[in-house]
Amino acid sequence: MRYLKSMFSSKNRARTISFLMVIVFYAIIQSAIATRSISSLMKGMMVPLCAYVIAALALNLVVGILGDLSLGQAGFMSVGGYFGATVATLALQHVNNELLVLLIAVLAGALIAAVFGVIIGVPILKLQGDYLAIVTLAFGEIVKTIVSNIYLGFDENGLQFAFVNDTTRLSSTGTMIINGPIGLSGNARISTFTIGIVLVLLTLIIIYNLMYSRQGRAVMAVRDNRIAALSVGVDVSKYKLMAFVVSAALAGAAGAFYCMNYSTVSPAKFDFNTSIMILVYVVLGGLGNMNGTIIATAVLLILPEQLREFKDYRMVIYAIILIAMMIITNNQKCRNVLEKIKDGIAKIFRRKKGAADHE
Amino acid sequence: MKTFKKLAVVLFAMMLLVGCSSKTPASDDTAGDEKAFVIGGSGPTTGDYAQYGLAVQHGAEIAVAEINAAEGKELLALAFEDDKSDPEIAVNAFNALMDKNMQISLLATTSGACSAVAPMVQDEGLFGLTPSGSNPAIPTVGSNIFQMCFTDPNQGKASADYIKAAFPDAVVGVIYQNSTDYSKGVYKTFVDEAAVIGLNIAAEASFGDNAASYADQVDAMKNAGCTVVFLPIYYTEAAGILTQAGDYKPTWFGVDGMDGILSGVENFDTSLAEGVYLLTPFSATATDAKTKNFVETYEKNYGETPNQFAADSYDAVYAIYNAIKDQGLTSDMSVSDITAGLIEWFTSKSFDGITGTSVTWDVSGEVSKAPMAVVIQNGEYVLAE
Repeated sequence: MRYLKSMFSSKNRARTISFLMVIVFYAIIQSAIATRSISSLMKGMMVPLCAYVIAALALNLVVGILGDLSLGQAGFMSVGGYFGATVATLALQHVNNELLVLLIAVLAGALIAAVFGVIIGVPILKLQGDYLAIVTLAFGEIVKTIVSNIYLGFDENGLQFAFVNDTTRLSSTGTMIINGPIGLSGNARISTFTIGIVLVLLTLIIIYNLMYSRQGRAVMAVRDNRIAALSVGVDVSKYKLMAFVVSAALAGAAGAFYCMNYSTVSPAKFDFNTSIMILVYVVLGGLGNMNGTIIATAVLLILPEQLREFKDYRMVIYAIILIAMMIITNNQKCRNVLEKIKDGIAKIFRRKKGAADHE
Repeated sequence: MKTFKKLAVVLFAMMLLVGCSSKTPASDDTAGDEKAFVIGGSGPTTGDYAQYGLAVQHGAEIAVAEINAAEGKELLALAFEDDKSDPEIAVNAFNALMDKNMQISLLATTSGACSAVAPMVQDEGLFGLTPSGSNPAIPTVGSNIFQMCFTDPNQGKASADYIKAAFPDAVVGVIYQNSTDYSKGVYKTFVDEAAVIGLNIAAEASFGDNAASYADQVDAMKNAGCTVVFLPIYYTEAAGILTQAGDYKPTWFGVDGMDGILSGVENFDTSLAEGVYLLTPFSATATDAKTKNFVETYEKNYGETPNQFAADSYDAVYAIYNAIKDQGLTSDMSVSDITAGLIEWFTSKSFDGITGTSVTWDVSGEVSKAPMAVVIQNGEYVLAE
């Protein structure tokens, strides 16, 4: 009982809710799949949902916890995704275990994205102001352009690489891995919902452990007041870099996991719009609020698909719902009403909890 | 205790999400009545490439309406979803169609979306016929996957042959877009074929995504004195180049991506498109009865002249209809039987439609039909001599 109480103490509450939420969601969806009461549409969206949740959580680490604006999350997903998928395609030639290959791909994606995170972070994070936003924005566009000019394939003679113009001469048994503007072609679709949930839980563990550690407190101190943090001896650029690289690595993992769910992913998928979309998930969910991020991602990703029945009007309805969400969550009157509803529900729970404690 | 409040709210929201997504499977109590074949397809009906998706949707709608009227019963039912030309959304659209019990698939409208959907159609054992996915890799995904339109390489090759024959003394230039697979693919086969047949290319220029101006590219053509400029690009960019060119008026020569230049670009002076040649399987001004009837119905229903995407889509539905009739397929057959029947027909029979006569398919699923060239005169496509 004491352990339970500590789980819901003010310090750990958000963390516990995050884990419970993800696990309960998994249980609901899995039981729906088992009883065949879930549509193929919803079932098919579970893997991209997990990928976007991981990317959004990672971005929240930079935007919400570190307090810097990054507009290149899709760029890191792209780097991780393309490298991870390349590794996976090559690994599948030798290893027959799809699960193992997927994990290798995700790990490879995280590593390469972390390397790029360091390359970008070291010169930029020493500066103040909007430089990170500008540079990450450029980074995303550069990655998109470079990847759409890469031609990479392999046949029995080994790997072949070409840039800008496709000069690879693959034999008839050869396979293109990255095919210029088409992007990944003929990917093995090996991502699964279960692995996705495991990765989301891992992401939560990493982020919460970072937030509640000495390093995390230093990162938040830098966010709240850089000069005060400097004055007590916090190495500002070191902690900024740490948070940024962790975020990049997680985005890379999300990208690899995402790419391994589709047979083809074009470089244009990871453009500025995708970065902004992930930022919208984070902002709407609440800066620094991991639970909000998860819920906002789920709602905003699934909503337009569920509105398909409205045909031509669906994007209009989606936009109206977005605006309504923003107004409602910012309007004091609406908030008061929401609070009252919450209190009402809480009372019921409190009564039950009290009864349970007496037993 | 705020915890529990929040938890409760979250759980409630999740239940709602799952709740509204679960659909009751189609009930079988209508057994006895013959149900319609469910044909599903997707395409960008909103966003930048909506011209393509809407054309495919409208073409298929007309074909289905005509067939059902001729049969006197609902033989075919069309389900069409928006995919924004994005592979991720196209997979969602495919799953949404599976929820509607799709039996025959029109895959997707654009090549990228089509490549993502084709393996899923193959996995589900459905028959797939894309009206407009022109990437040559699409039919190689599996034995169930067929194409109704030309592949990109064919268009480049045919364009080079046509230009060589129709403009023997021309100085030829090319402007292509180096950031789309479509443009690069057509460009490459055009240049390769030009080398084979001895067509001399005097100037080449390219541009990337979101080009702000086409001055450099147009100047390159002008300076080389090009009299024919091949534009293997989409109509939006082509409109930019034509506007940029101003008084410099070589013969512009486009392929299927050019289709849409008369209606798809806002604030574009369509008089600039006068005299533009394009290679297409379909001409709205053709005088045969089938085409006339299709164009009339299309103009009446949707208020614009159909392009080749609409025509390919119309033909795709009719090809499936012919196969259903010839093979004696019924909608209560299993999906694998329907697929087997359709594959047998498509690989052995030929089809006469509005985008070509004696159209045949090889076992890999690639189509074989003759392209023709049209020229824009007085704001209309006219068959070129």
